[in-house]
Amino acid sequence: MADREYSESSDRIIATEPVEVRRYAAHTRINHWFTAILIILLILSGFALFWPRLFFLTGIFGGGQNARFLHPIFGVVACLSFLLLFLQLWKLNLMRREDVVWASKITDLLAGHEERLPELGKYNLGQKLVFWGMFWLLLTMVASGLMIWQQFFPDLVSIPVRRWALLVHSIAAVLSVLVIIVHVYAAIWTRGTISAMTSGNVTGGWAWRHHRKWLREVARRQDSPPAE
Amino acid sequence: MSENMAPPPTTAVSNPPVEALAPNLGDGDIVLASATPNLPPPTRQLEKLAKLIDISKCIGCKACQSACIEWNDTHPEIGVNFGSYENPHDLSSEMFTLMRFNEYEDPETGNLDWLIRKDGCMHCEDPGCLKACPSPGAIVKYSNGIVDFIHDKCIGCGYCISGCPFDIPRMSPTKHVVAKCTLCSDRVSVGQGPACAKACPTQAIVFGTKDDMIAHAEERITDLNGRGYDHAALYDPPGVGGTHVMYVLPIGDKPELYSGLPADPKISDVVQGWKGPTKSVGMAAIGLAAVGAVLHSIFTKPNRVTEHDQVEAEEMVEDILGPVETAELATPQDEGKA
Repeated sequence: MADREYSESSDRIIATEPVEVRRYAAHTRINHWFTAILIILLILSGFALFWPRLFFLTGIFGGGQNARFLHPIFGVVACLSFLLLFLQLWKLNLMRREDVVWASKITDLLAGHEERLPELGKYNLGQKLVFWGMFWLLLTMVASGLMIWQQFFPDLVSIPVRRWALLVHSIAAVLSVLVIIVHVYAAIWTRGTISAMTSGNVTGGWAWRHHRKWLREVARRQDSPPAE
Repeated sequence: MSENMAPPPTTAVSNPPVEALAPNLGDGDIVLASATPNLPPPTRQLEKLAKLIDISKCIGCKACQSACIEWNDTHPEIGVNFGSYENPHDLSSEMFTLMRFNEYEDPETGNLDWLIRKDGCMHCEDPGCLKACPSPGAIVKYSNGIVDFIHDKCIGCGYCISGCPFDIPRMSPTKHVVAKCTLCSDRVSVGQGPACAKACPTQAIVFGTKDDMIAHAEERITDLNGRGYDHAALYDPPGVGGTHVMYVLPIGDKPELYSGLPADPKISDVVQGWKGPTKSVGMAAIGLAAVGAVLHSIFTKPNRVTEHDQVEAEEMVEDILGPVETAELATPQDEGKA
């Protein structure tokens, strides 16, 4: 099998006329949506406790006591789920030289001149920043969250440390919502992206336009003899 | 039930009236409520009340603790001796007040002072617990100065524990609600003073209007000054807007000696930052990002894959793979699709 530099082993051409490419395996998609649902529940329960005007959202969970009880449990499960996703995706999200060039020409992208940007592997810098942003923010939130988990860790840290944990937890939560807004909007604005996480496939045109090195490598890998 | 509303108490020593009286504390007396930005203004202003604890008169008998347990029907755990008169070892959701004992050797005189302080909620004018609380109306402050926890609305998050500058609220590990001294709001509402003040055998704990208590404290301080306590002072810390539980401290210039009573308590800047700018700037940023995304989608063209892209992709794949039958590419799980 050809060396993989830009693609995952499960990525492959699944049709040629028209070209269609498998981008995410079923287990990755399930993992993604499971994490997404938990993060939505975390946002609903967390922001209910952060902003008084949203306190009514605790009703979704059966009241304030239940929302308070469930929020950290959702958090731990979401982090474990994200960890699985992280293990699958981190390698191709490492920064590369072309990311710098790509970033310097970001205005061309927004102006609709993607052809002026360098060819990319499976992820562009924006996608990588969303990935690493969520990684660091979730890590921050799970660490600070444990410190303020009254029910199970009431004496983990002193009260002054707990105050900082509350501040850091809320700032990280706000930042992660901003990252999620970028993530969701970029997926919508770049048409043809969402199917990667639903059916798991993207069109060849999409792959050629946004992730050409990835498409080329996937095709080349397929050209080489089967692994068995 | 009589129509007569109980008069606000001006002392803890009088016995309660015989006739039934309606409570004098209601929703119209609430001046601050947690997580309630649009609280209706109070319907009247009650006279500010205060409890004054004169440490120079306290003999450490713990009658106040017993009276507190008795009145509030709490059940603190039976403790063990750990080498101090403090019992239980700390405040808890079942122990709202605690005599704290500290042995202090004055470096100047070499005298040993046995400092005893009755710890408990200070009923701040600017309560940090209420500031931190996320549950609407779970912590309220009445216009007479009493800060009270409304247990039905408490969600058990423990934010008030972080908000309090005096380390007072305690979470019940079984009921998952916080508890603390209520200043006997239930007694005050029917014209009686707090149980601890009522029980105190030396009148070290007195209760009445805040003005009366300050005047009484001044007399006590004059007396203490005459007996060699040059720094005797009233503890009514301005950093939290004053408190409705005050101390007369014989060593008034060093409040920390009294088992860590903070010299200048105030709501932590970290808590202020969390509940202030983080909330307002954070929610504004999220709102702007969401609106920005919507506007961007309306006023700009989306990034669409063109026919040209698709043709290029076909060519690239064909160049590499050669003309391949789609069926050959498909792995077993994709057969249905191919």
